[in-house]
Amino acid sequence: MCSVNARSVERPDRRLDKGMCGGTVLKDKYGKEIDEILSRYPVKRSALIPLLYVAQRDQGYVSEAVMQEIARLLGLTPPQVYETVTFYTMFNLKPVGKFHIQVCKSLMCALVGSDTMIGWIKTKLGIAPGESTTDGLFTLSAVECLAACGTGPMMQINEDYYEQVTEDKLNRILADLRSTGTSALKSGPFMWPEPTPAERAREA
Amino acid sequence: MPKHELILLKNMMQPGYTGSLQDYEKTGGYQAVRNTFGKVAPADVTTMVRKSGLRGRGGAGFPTGVKWGFLPKDYQGPRYLCCNADESEPGTFKDRQLMERDPHQVLEGILLACYAIGAETAYIYIRGEMVLGSRILEQAINEARAAGYIGKNILGTGIHADVWVHRGAGAYICGEETALLESLEGKRGLPRIKPPFPATHGLYNKPTVVNNVETLANLPHILNRGPEWFAAIGSPPKSTGTRVFCVSGHVKRPGNYEVPMGITIRELVYEHAGGMRSDKPLKAIIPGGASAPFLTPAHLDVKLDFEHVATAGSMLGSGGVTVMEEGTSMVWAALRLMEFFYHESCGKCSPCREGSSWLVQTLRRILAKRGRMQDLETLLDLCKNIAGRTVCAFGDAEVAPIQSTLKHWRQEYVDLIHEAEAANLIRPEPVGAKHERFS
Repeated sequence: MCSVNARSVERPDRRLDKGMCGGTVLKDKYGKEIDEILSRYPVKRSALIPLLYVAQRDQGYVSEAVMQEIARLLGLTPPQVYETVTFYTMFNLKPVGKFHIQVCKSLMCALVGSDTMIGWIKTKLGIAPGESTTDGLFTLSAVECLAACGTGPMMQINEDYYEQVTEDKLNRILADLRSTGTSALKSGPFMWPEPTPAERAREA
Repeated sequence: MPKHELILLKNMMQPGYTGSLQDYEKTGGYQAVRNTFGKVAPADVTTMVRKSGLRGRGGAGFPTGVKWGFLPKDYQGPRYLCCNADESEPGTFKDRQLMERDPHQVLEGILLACYAIGAETAYIYIRGEMVLGSRILEQAINEARAAGYIGKNILGTGIHADVWVHRGAGAYICGEETALLESLEGKRGLPRIKPPFPATHGLYNKPTVVNNVETLANLPHILNRGPEWFAAIGSPPKSTGTRVFCVSGHVKRPGNYEVPMGITIRELVYEHAGGMRSDKPLKAIIPGGASAPFLTPAHLDVKLDFEHVATAGSMLGSGGVTVMEEGTSMVWAALRLMEFFYHESCGKCSPCREGSSWLVQTLRRILAKRGRMQDLETLLDLCKNIAGRTVCAFGDAEVAPIQSTLKHWRQEYVDLIHEAEAANLIRPEPVGAKHERFS
């Protein structure tokens, strides 16, 4: 395993294995997208978070090898990439399940039952926050506010929001994910409360 | 329900409104850009916005026109506009609706702001979790670019403005404007020491304006209908226009309600949000997101505008109104918010980084009925040593839940401690107790 550690520069014995870390996996696979991202910013480093997203989309997490590659792409040192990655909670430093369930546990959702919801998931999947199921399908995390306070309890699974979750709805979501990999119960463009026909008529 | 005119949420209330460019243009969209670009001097746009009395909707409530006026007039290099869409304040979910349902309204506001401050590049810094929102915005930008509203030589006026969506990656602090700029530069989101202010040394050290989504969405309407029209709405002279309040918690109809500033908390909670969800009476209100001190039922008739909420001892903040019913433990509520702040403290300033951890541990101890009476003094002492002693306003925000619950519901803390004493549950802290980590 290559280490993104500043000391590796002074310690030849810890120097990175070129064959392992000198790869251009990301560049080869997403060259066009990377060029497009770089064109948006006058300073290359700004593309760091967008490129990390590209890497995470590809692998499900951000590996050290890919951090090395991004550092080279942007003219940064590996520690500069590493310090940024570790600041942001959305980057996974190790593999997570195919479906990453993130339940909001902040006060506003807790008022309307997010703790109960975490309990349901615990029972149904047998995992506590921070754990993954043995089949590698689900990882559960309890996270802070996801900006859906009016429609709690809510959770995010991979890129999608699921709001006003009830036990029955949760069952259907999990069954959908298992069978088709997605669920029609995910949120669309957000509007809440949905206006009543009378309210719509008044604004028309 | 609404007896007043909707401004920002009007379009999306129309049946079948999809938020596409076609739909937006049908409702008079991009008229402000057409009528302003090359026809009204940028300085006059700033003057109009200043006259309208529009204040920032992100939390601090700084007058938008005045903020723009701080940019150096004779600076020749690039300037930047950043749209702050990092909506992360617990209790707030209005920007999400504005972006996902009517993205062009936000884009038109961004273009007008770019024109006023002379910026040719704008970045929308959207919180990373809102993947759907970022896709909708990107699609809207592509539509607008194809129609000639975004890009080089907009509508043949010789004015350039490009807009990019930049996703954050899950850090609350990046809603603070200088932390947002650091994050946009690809660094850890640590707030900068001010001065210098972003107006002179912002993104890439260039003059920069950071405005909230809702603030920007108001601009097309101000330019179309005039600053006097806007200044007459709400609670003039200091709190003009409408506000999209996000009601959450124990109410019948939680959600986003756009109302003129200056309506009372009672009207918002009982008329718009349908009142309490059960027969339990109201116990506590947070009027402006997690950073705002709690208010009590005695404050129900406080007007929701910047001044009146401040006089009542809280702040209007980001407009997230959270309602709690009788039976909710205020110690528990304070702890939940404190856990949020502990998790989100960026770690730059010691008082906030260490203090938030101490506050969480002390609150946990009290709630677990292992508290001591002197814990209350410790809490207040810690709060006093955090607020005002940090680089950004996060320090002031994180002590708000504790200070206000201790002020209004001190007895709840005392009762828990008495229970602990009565049950003789107080044991010395284990020696070398491991610093607790929270998932």
